[in-house]
Parts: sequence; structure tokens; C-alpha cells
Amino acid sequence: MAVISYIQAVNAAMREEMEKDEKVFILGEDVGEKGGVFKATEGLYQEFGEERVLDTPLAESAIAGVGIGAAMYGMKPVAEMQFADFIMPAVNQIISEAAKTRYRSNNDWTCPITIRAPYGGGIHGALYHSQSVESLFSHVPGLKIVMPSTPYDVKGLLKSAIQDEDPVLFFEHKRAYRLVKGEVPDEEYTLPIGKADIKKEGEDITVISYGLCLHFAMEAAEKLEDEGISTHILDLRTVYPLDQEAIIEAASKTGKVLLVTEDNKEGSLMGEVSAIIAEHCLFDLDAPVQRLAGPEVPAMPYAPTMEKYFMMNPEKIEKAIRELAQF
Amino acid sequence: MLNSVQLYPEKSNDELLSLLKEMWTIRFFDEKVDEFFAKGMIHGTTHLCVGQEVTATGPCAVIKEEDKITSTHRGHGHCIAKGADINRMMAELFGRSTGYCKGKGGSMHIADVEKGNLGANGIVGGGIPLATGAALTSKMKQKDEVILSYFGDGAANEGSFHESLNIASIWNLPVIFICENNQYGMSGSVKEMVNIEHIADRATAYGIPGKVVDGNDLIEVMNETHEAVKHARDGKGPVLIEAKTYRWKGHSKSDARKYRTREEEQAWKEADGIKRFRDLLISEEIVTEEAADNLRKEAKQEVEDAVKYAEDSPEPSIDTLMEDVYA
Repeated sequence: MAVISYIQAVNAAMREEMEKDEKVFILGEDVGEKGGVFKATEGLYQEFGEERVLDTPLAESAIAGVGIGAAMYGMKPVAEMQFADFIMPAVNQIISEAAKTRYRSNNDWTCPITIRAPYGGGIHGALYHSQSVESLFSHVPGLKIVMPSTPYDVKGLLKSAIQDEDPVLFFEHKRAYRLVKGEVPDEEYTLPIGKADIKKEGEDITVISYGLCLHFAMEAAEKLEDEGISTHILDLRTVYPLDQEAIIEAASKTGKVLLVTEDNKEGSLMGEVSAIIAEHCLFDLDAPVQRLAGPEVPAMPYAPTMEKYFMMNPEKIEKAIRELAQF
Repeated sequence: MLNSVQLYPEKSNDELLSLLKEMWTIRFFDEKVDEFFAKGMIHGTTHLCVGQEVTATGPCAVIKEEDKITSTHRGHGHCIAKGADINRMMAELFGRSTGYCKGKGGSMHIADVEKGNLGANGIVGGGIPLATGAALTSKMKQKDEVILSYFGDGAANEGSFHESLNIASIWNLPVIFICENNQYGMSGSVKEMVNIEHIADRATAYGIPGKVVDGNDLIEVMNETHEAVKHARDGKGPVLIEAKTYRWKGHSKSDARKYRTREEEQAWKEADGIKRFRDLLISEEIVTEEAADNLRKEAKQEVEDAVKYAEDSPEPSIDTLMEDVYA
């Protein structure tokens, strides 16, 4: 097994799918010769040519919309939004068109598009290069939203997303791109969309999270292990639709649940996770469900002190787990 | 007063010299920012307008103080040209509490209500509808103010550009759309992203005048903007001006500029608009070489002073993170 970075996993998944299936192509801003701002598409233009790796004008609505049209008529586009923050002009196409294509066409038309976008903070990107946008879409049946935490999950899930017969939003944490490394099998594999994954077995506290925050939770859990607090960690991986069964099982196991997201708390998808637990696990709970999230401000500020305060980290999670353990 | 060329509006010798100094200030400001980014003393990312000083200074030099502008992610020059205090600008880039956005915004988000700058903008094309809306206010309140909307060639492919031009045209709004065509939207050459020679030609589609100007010729930029402003102030509606220019540096700090040749860069540098205006003032005997050098040194020193101001300013307190979300 090779150890690769999160972004290498993104790149490898696209390369393999492009090699396998001629219908797969990439479109987005600077994805061609430049290989993307974060180098997610590096080498693909050189390998597959300009017919299959398309540099687009700055026109996010059209990147999504053209991709959706191509998908409806038989291609498998992978559209890149340069930053998740830039997806806003494309929201109409994604929600009004991609999500509803199958339902409104009596299942005649499908929309097998994958839309990738780097989200999240921690790279000093300030207001418009740091946002978490998942909860804008996690209320829209017809869409699937994948937010992986490890290179293994990235590769397996991105391949599944590209192969999927429905539109998938694939949000990659940009701070994880080079920070997070992990083992990936040499042989081909895919992972199922819609399935959460237990990243650590534990007995006392359940932490449910996704993306970069998952790693912070793992770090906190490791530290607390020495103090005799055993943490069970569930990685949602697909944040819409949620894996209810896995959530119920993980919450019931310990009876004390901490939900962690970088997004701001009110209206984040953790509210939905919490509701699932409230509906199904009332008599298994030993403490109120806790949410640890970003502050209620419009976007991540620029000043280093403020960004640091905003960002999730292992210390915040450790404190929250400890408090829950003492409840 | 200039003799060899006609300049509208007429400017006194002192005013001409202050325009020259302002362009130097813009250049030195961004060169200093570049230096500090390279040293890791300013973090995040930044977009420098070195080489585009004329298109920042020229249009702002023909409007009144109460007129407004909207700016872009590459906005330091626009801010300075509209009268911003470079101390507070530099402090913002350092993420300090004395900055224009109290450290929350950074490079891409400098707004200055006092000077009529509605703001730089981290979203490409984000400011164009705002300028159009400000022009609507001006018209509704019969304010006799015009709005300058700066944006780049990349933004001219966003829907917001097309939607705004149409609305400004049908409602006859006093807005001047200034496209700084610096030849590249990140790695995307305008030759590949636009299938017409001049972006200004798009004006025809919206029934408004479109002008192409040499973005390194301050006199031409000012004269054409002056005419456009007069047109708008007379109630004849919007104008689109396309200034051909060039950003000498990369798109942002992480850009190796592989998509263009060093020869092309050199050719544009030789057409430097600041040098051209300086030479004009010397040949007209408005300034001696020595006095011009002194002016240049003054501008450089003021930028150094701004750095000192920024370095001496306190970091914002965490409490301020939650401020300014609602009224």
C-alpha cells in the first residue's frame, strides 16, 4: 500500500476514471495546463489532452450548467469549482436543474455529474476562500454530498461519485490537501456513497464528524485515551443523505454524543444529525447531544488570531469530550 | 497645464504631479506587499496590480469625491486612487485592528465609506451589480453622482457582468463599467476565453457606448473616462470602457506564470504607463528629473511609513470577531 496525500488521492481517482471511461471529462477554471489552483488536476491535461480537460472562462453558473447538460446527454463530467465559496452563481443550476432532472423527467433523464470544490479554512484565505457550504445543499433531495476525511476515502468515494448515476457534490477540505496523508491500496477499489465509517471504536463518548474535523477528533481521542476516556468516532463521509443507521448505532453505543463541524452551528447539518438521534435514541442517551461548531459570523475572518479562534482544533474537541464524560 | 496634449478635465501642475506620485504609491505599495508575502510576514494570498497603476489612477482622477467606485480582488490601486489611507490599508493586510476592516477582511476586502469606495471584492464579478445598484440609488435620489465599476477581463465572462450591463442600459443608470483587461484571468488567456478582439464590443449588445483605451496612457484613459462620466451625468446612461493593460506579477502569490512568456512580460514592462507619464511631465517642463525623483522617493517613504504603522498596530481582540454581524 502506498502512502499518498489527500490531494494525490483526488488526482488519482480522476485519472483512473478517465483511463477507464472515455465519457469522463473535467471542466473548470485553470484545471488544464496549470493543473488547478491546488494542483488537483495536475498532469491530466498533459495525459488526456484539451478535449477531456477543459479550461473554462470564469463562469461558475455555466461550469455547472454546461456540465449538467453534458451529463444529461450521456457524458460523465467532473466539474471543479475553484473554491467552494465560488459555487454561489452555480447554485441555481445545481438545485433547480441537477437535483431535479430525474424527478421531473419521469426518470427518463439522468444527471451523472460530479461537482468538486475545496471548502474550509485554515489557509488564511479570509472571507471568500474559507467557507463551508455543505448546508446550503444538504436539504435538497436529488443531490448527494460527499465530504471525505482520508486519502483512502477520497479515492474510493470520488471514483464512486464519478460512476454514480446521480449528481454528487464532492467537497474536499483544502487544509487537508497536503496535511493529511494515508495508505491507499494499489489495486482498484471503490467505497459506497451513503455509508458512514467508524474511524475508531470506543466505549464512553461518541464523536460524529466529517472532513478535516475528523482528524482533530482522532487526535483529541488519542490524548484522552491515556486519561481513561474511550472515544468512539464516526465519520459521516456522506453528509447528504445521512447514514441514519450508522448514526443511531454510534449514538446508542455510548449514550453521550458530541457532533463536530467547522460550519457555523445554527442550521448546520449537525442539527439534522442531532434530530435523528433525538428521534431514535432518547432512551439510550445519558447526556444532552452536544454540538461543537464555528461561530455565528458570516465568514471566516482574515486576521491570524481570529482565524485561529474560528477554526476547529483538537483542544476544543478534547475539552468538549471531557465535559461530556463528566456529565 | 499640459501643452502638447489635451487633457480633460484640465489639471494644474500640482494636480498632475500628485497623479504621478499616486501611481508610484500604488506601485510601491504592491511591491512592498509582494516582498512581505515572500518573507511570510503577511499571510494568506494577495493579488497585485503592479503594471496597472494607470487604469486605477486615471478614472478616479476624473470623478468627483462624492462619486463612488466598486473594486475587485486586485484592488489596492483602486483604493489608493479613491483616496484611501495607505496606513489603514497596510494594517488590514497585516490583519491588525487599525485596518479598514479591523483585520477581518485582508487584502481583498478593503472598503472605505468616507471616500466612496463600496469595496474591493473577493468574488470575481461581485462588484458589478453593486455598482449598478449604487447608480440606481444615485438616479432615484437625484444625486448627480456617477459610479465607476472596476473589473477584469475574467469577470466579463461572469453572468453578473452581462446582467448588470443590460439593466444599467434599460434603466439608463449613471455607471461607468471599466474593464481592466490585463490579458489573463489567472492562467486563462483572454485570447482563449473570449472570441472577440475587444471586450468593449460587448457594449453594442446592450445598446451602450463601448470604448477601447490604451491602459498605459494616462491621458487617454482620463479623457475617455471624462467623456463617459459626462455622458452618464447628463442622464444618457452607462458606458463600457475597456483598458488594455497587463499585470506584471502573477495572478496571486502562488503563480509561476507558466502560461505566458518572459518576452511578452518584458514588452509590456517597456510600455510602463508611469514612466510614460513621468517622461511627458519632464518633456513639458512641469517637473525636472530631480524633482520627479524626489516625488518618487516620497511615495516610497510613505509606503515604508505605512508598514511601520501596520507593524506598530495591535492585533484585533477576539471579542471583535462577533461584532458587525447585524445592526
